[in-house]
Amino acid sequence: MNYDVTIIGGGVIGCAIARELARYRLGVILLEKECEVGFGTSKSNSGIIHAGHHSATDTLKGRLEWAGNQKWDSLCAALGFGFERIGELTVAFTPEERATLERLLTSGRAKGVSGLEIWEPARLRREEPNLSHDIIAALHAPTAGVVNPYEACFTLIESARANGVHVAVDYRVEVLSRGEDGWTVKGTGPDVASRFVVNAAGIFADKVAAMAGVGTFRIHPRKGEEYLLDKRLRGFVKRIIFPLPTATSKGILVIPTFDGTLMVGPTAHETEDRSDITTTLPGSDEVFESVRRVVPGISERDCIAEFAGLRAAAEGEDFIIGPTAAKGFINVAGIQSPGLTAAPAIAEMVAEILADEGMDMVARDDFVPAVPPHVRFATLPLDEQVRLAGDDPRYGRIVCRCEHISERETVDAIHRGAHTLDGIKFRTRAGMGRCQGGFCSWRCMELLARERGVPITEITKRGGGSWVIRRREDGEKP
Amino acid sequence: MITGQATQLKGRYDVVVAGGGPAGLAAALGAREQGAQRILVVDREREAGGILWQCIHAGFGLHHFKEELTGPEYAQRYLEQVLEKEIDVLTDTFVADIDRDRRLKLMTGREGIRVIEANAVVLAMGARERTRGAVRIPGTRPAGVMTAGFAQKVVNLHGYLPGRRAVILGSGDIGLIMARRLTLEGIEVAGVFEIMPHANGLSRNIVQCLHDFDIPLYLSHTVAEIHGRERVEKVTVAPVDAQMRPIPGKAWDIDCDTLLLSIGLIPENELSRQLGVRLDPVTNGPIVSSGMETTMDGVFAGGNVVHIHDLVDFVSQESLLAGRNAGLYVTGNRPPTDNIRLSPGENVAYCVPHTISSERPHTIYLRVRRPMEKCSIRFGTVLEKKLSYVFPAEMVTLTVQPKFLENFHGDALSVDVVAR
Repeated sequence: MNYDVTIIGGGVIGCAIARELARYRLGVILLEKECEVGFGTSKSNSGIIHAGHHSATDTLKGRLEWAGNQKWDSLCAALGFGFERIGELTVAFTPEERATLERLLTSGRAKGVSGLEIWEPARLRREEPNLSHDIIAALHAPTAGVVNPYEACFTLIESARANGVHVAVDYRVEVLSRGEDGWTVKGTGPDVASRFVVNAAGIFADKVAAMAGVGTFRIHPRKGEEYLLDKRLRGFVKRIIFPLPTATSKGILVIPTFDGTLMVGPTAHETEDRSDITTTLPGSDEVFESVRRVVPGISERDCIAEFAGLRAAAEGEDFIIGPTAAKGFINVAGIQSPGLTAAPAIAEMVAEILADEGMDMVARDDFVPAVPPHVRFATLPLDEQVRLAGDDPRYGRIVCRCEHISERETVDAIHRGAHTLDGIKFRTRAGMGRCQGGFCSWRCMELLARERGVPITEITKRGGGSWVIRRREDGEKP
Repeated sequence: MITGQATQLKGRYDVVVAGGGPAGLAAALGAREQGAQRILVVDREREAGGILWQCIHAGFGLHHFKEELTGPEYAQRYLEQVLEKEIDVLTDTFVADIDRDRRLKLMTGREGIRVIEANAVVLAMGARERTRGAVRIPGTRPAGVMTAGFAQKVVNLHGYLPGRRAVILGSGDIGLIMARRLTLEGIEVAGVFEIMPHANGLSRNIVQCLHDFDIPLYLSHTVAEIHGRERVEKVTVAPVDAQMRPIPGKAWDIDCDTLLLSIGLIPENELSRQLGVRLDPVTNGPIVSSGMETTMDGVFAGGNVVHIHDLVDFVSQESLLAGRNAGLYVTGNRPPTDNIRLSPGENVAYCVPHTISSERPHTIYLRVRRPMEKCSIRFGTVLEKKLSYVFPAEMVTLTVQPKFLENFHGDALSVDVVAR
């Protein structure tokens, strides 16, 4: 089929671009190499909507960070993913660090970031009693927020699809060729032809650019390890806590996630291996030692899960967004922090670039910005729960006992696109709680098999060869 | 299958038992024995009986029934008694919340959300398995890393297999049982790795599940790294140093597609926390009196929710007591309160119950912190009992008769396990 635009990569950047382009009368397809969108770097993202004052104004990152920050409220209102502006504190232990806070305050105000103020110890103790008493001041930025990055991906793509965008998963791009009228993409699915190709391939963006004959940059993955703590610590810290970079750490954060768990991390270590998402003992030590300096009450004993992701950093450390020497091939590469924050602004920028490059951008009058609301049953008031479960008793049948997720919510997630255990987990939180799927995995597998009409042995953790169980009689892999 | 109808739910019960495993069933019988009228057992599974259904091996009931039963047989005996005593059992139902007025919010798969009231509550939620996150094993996060209990469910309840070649981390009883079970299913078990210098399961399981099948047990070893992006491909194992850290120079790799975790159980106390009962930081379960009453009036607890047992017989025994006292409570026959606090001393990790009365006999359960041979257990200066050996993995049970406390006038007794 012929498209106007092919987006390579279904991370939060590709998904945001897909949803932005869905506003126009364009034929758009998004290709994702994993079995679901958001399953690469975005799944392991820290989920911070940065306040807007950290990046320098003379970089693309710096500009798009603050522009992107301001777009998240309306995006959340339309798509209903978890997002809350909980604010952040950057803490100082020494007079020198305090001077750095003052500089951040000045440059942030110059950018127009609102609400920035320095908190003295008395205020700090009152607002965040569990921070180290060695902290002498903190810069408070109320514009910072937390978001569930995978939910953002899922709902962005749900909205894009509802407005006509095509999505192909398990599609690994192998060859890009330029013809008379545009590009042909070959890979692990049917060939795709389009006038434009948008390269949002994350840690593989340099490889994709090279396929297009414009291998002008190199991605050097930088790994980050994150550790999730038990919900028992809910409220222990109310805001995102940033240390100032020290000699030993570039900044390991304490992040109260939207769902009420605390997350600590990430580390930042260069790796040559683009598949290296291992967590390590040194990484864990680094995270907990560094975090304890800021929040002494945090212990590895409270850890319920750990994971790692790769930042798609480019040389020069700035975003690479724009047309290339290959006509119709547009890079959206080198998207590292604050890439999630900037994503909605990046998507709009890509639409402008396409217009500049000759794409006829006609707005659709039937664009529907919102997706049907997701029911989060456990968060509803009792009378509302009684009413919903009275209409559909599947709301009363528990699937995940840690997060109190019902069968109905799980089935909804499947019908909205989840076709793996991780797909359910990252849509509903079933399996994300303290028992880490010990109770719900089997129930989720049964529901996936039933709703998709496939044998239970075909259910995978996250696609590909991630099978969970096999039949007794099968000698070989299922 | 035993399934109640939520439409038949009464608005108020004498005793509601949260959890229909061995603890909950015994508690319900205890409550009935003491004259409680309306009794309800709530269970989240489709059938009551708890983890026993998937424990198809023998070894249950030796103390209680004086014969060796399988898990399902043991469950069936209790279920039959519960039916006979006309105790309501509501399955496919989850206790989502309990408040201080002992109102319970139930989520039922048939009827939706219901709120009922109870004159007394017995907490019998059991335990859950510790997972990978709790021990932070480095490496990738592929499919094929699962708790031993999940593998047991897959094999014994559903008839599927978890993989082809397995390594087991932790020597808890479920892991040992599964080492044998997987071997019988034709899955190769490359070894059981235990970070502690001593095994964590019962001696009989070490012999019957590992030795009899030539499965190696590596003490003071751990899994240092998990490999494989989609499915487990191999694990790196290594001996550990005094700080329990893997010694890298001595590590080796084992090809496998499955890693079972048998690294301990955690009492399931979410409801207890919501309710606000006080928990013991060592057991992670409620602090209980000799009548198995928690720190909240009319709220009792028994079984693994209080502390992790190694034999179901003791779960039943302790929960029967909890149920009896719930029954006495609702019929207005609550015994006088305890007057002696037990405090764990030398080589004692914890004691349950936390308090006793000088007027009644008591069964005391305790666990030691480290193995010891030729030792004595001492209750202050009033009682000393000789033991040939103690292990952290094996619970010590001891009966204290009131006669020993006749001349004791203090309010606390130190419990110590000391060398003879």
